[in-house]
Amino acid sequence: MGNRSVIPFGPQHPVLPEPIHIDLVVEDEKVVEAVPSIGFIHRGLESLAGKRDFNQLVYVAERTCGICSFQHGMGYCEAVEHIFGVEVPKRAKYLRTIWAELARMHSHLLWLGLLADGFGYENLFYQCWRIRERILDLHELTAGGRLIFSVNKVGGVLKDIPEDKLKEILRTLDEVDDELRVIRSVFFEDRSVISRLKGVGVLTKEQVNELGAVGPFARASGVRVDMRTLGYAAYPELSFAPIVSNDGDSYARCFIRMMELFQSIKLIREAIGKIPAEKELEVPIKGNPDGEYFMRVEQPRGEAFYYVKGSGKPFLERMRIRTPTFANIPALCEMLKNADLADVGLLVLTIDPCISCTER
Amino acid sequence: MANITRSPWLLHYDGSSCNGCDIEVLACLTPVYDAERLGVMNTGDPMQADIFLITGGINEQNRPTVKQLYDQMPSPKVVVAVGVCACTGGIFKECYNILGGADTTIPVDIYVPGCAARPEAIIDGIVKAVALFQKRSDDYKAKVKEKKKAGK
Repeated sequence: MGNRSVIPFGPQHPVLPEPIHIDLVVEDEKVVEAVPSIGFIHRGLESLAGKRDFNQLVYVAERTCGICSFQHGMGYCEAVEHIFGVEVPKRAKYLRTIWAELARMHSHLLWLGLLADGFGYENLFYQCWRIRERILDLHELTAGGRLIFSVNKVGGVLKDIPEDKLKEILRTLDEVDDELRVIRSVFFEDRSVISRLKGVGVLTKEQVNELGAVGPFARASGVRVDMRTLGYAAYPELSFAPIVSNDGDSYARCFIRMMELFQSIKLIREAIGKIPAEKELEVPIKGNPDGEYFMRVEQPRGEAFYYVKGSGKPFLERMRIRTPTFANIPALCEMLKNADLADVGLLVLTIDPCISCTER
Repeated sequence: MANITRSPWLLHYDGSSCNGCDIEVLACLTPVYDAERLGVMNTGDPMQADIFLITGGINEQNRPTVKQLYDQMPSPKVVVAVGVCACTGGIFKECYNILGGADTTIPVDIYVPGCAARPEAIIDGIVKAVALFQKRSDDYKAKVKEKKKAGK
């Protein structure tokens, strides 16, 4: 029985750029309790619902998070479209799917890089981010922005991806596929990576269910939860099955995200193959939203839900966002118990924390 | 750039940004943009930093943290506000929890626009900050020299 002491982790710390503060109660080198405190980047984004009308709010929703920006915009738009009861043109649905999967790829590559940096594999970090830039180039090619590209609007999308750019996406994805296979073999087979990740931070299926974790983090523990199976955008027409692992350790989380990269490539290829040649990209929206709706979308980090309530005025009565990292924090604190102090940074990373989503 | 005697080290803190600018700051340091070729290094320790990159606006809770980080940095130092939120508060200006840009709490020298700020713009900001840092460093040295002379 050693002495208990409290070590503060954050808000400014070297693991990830975002501020999160965790008080770690340690006994010698073992963490016995982790107490999180959040709110360093709380902006009060939801309050803008009373100051911007429902069309302008798309851009606010996209700025909930710079990494999964597209999915935020899509979630909000689909929620408002459901209130209006309109059906988005098919081509717009496919375009949304393509952009959403590209955004997922860039987010997962970012995470894999940060993970490699977290266990001190600088070279791998750089390689992941080098490949990620290829995806960002595709964002820029198709939408004009690198991270926040504002192509969603209530009722459809603002831009089309012409045939030649779709071909360019396919060509780049072929090259990215080859490069990813090299990275994959390093992540899956390298001895130092395995020794840092295997058996670290194990959570069982029961624990994950009890604590309500979502996304790849939950899927790594054997919980089959993926909102893409609900069938928004063009997902119902694509062959899609969630990737699940039963190990529940950090290695499994890395495995899930790595395999999802290949899954995303497959989904984009399929979507580009099936995309209908329509001219219509949006349906006209008349009047103001009256009613309420819950929309659930699968972000790179897991399930995010959007609650939108309108009362026949241009300004929404309420917009509520629950983001995946917020759901994963209780599970993170459970996971940090009994962890080595040296593993804390790595374990915080394995939930793929996005604090600016969490605190909005 | 030739007269810079040492490489600038960066301290990066996320005020209340949406992450967009943060990952662009990181993208600056990775192979495609590679600011490290200019000798720029990202450090987590304010005591070793020369240039303070701040993204996002200021709110009540992070205000003391930002102030403390700024105070911990040794003089001379340069502050770069990255992204429109750090410059003015941006899209979140009207939110109840945002006090405004970074200059509400600490003196800002260089403003980098953009939402999210592009890596090219951030590197441009860093290069300008290096020039300013060099100037302040020279001024400081001249001051010390003058003091020494007067002491004799």
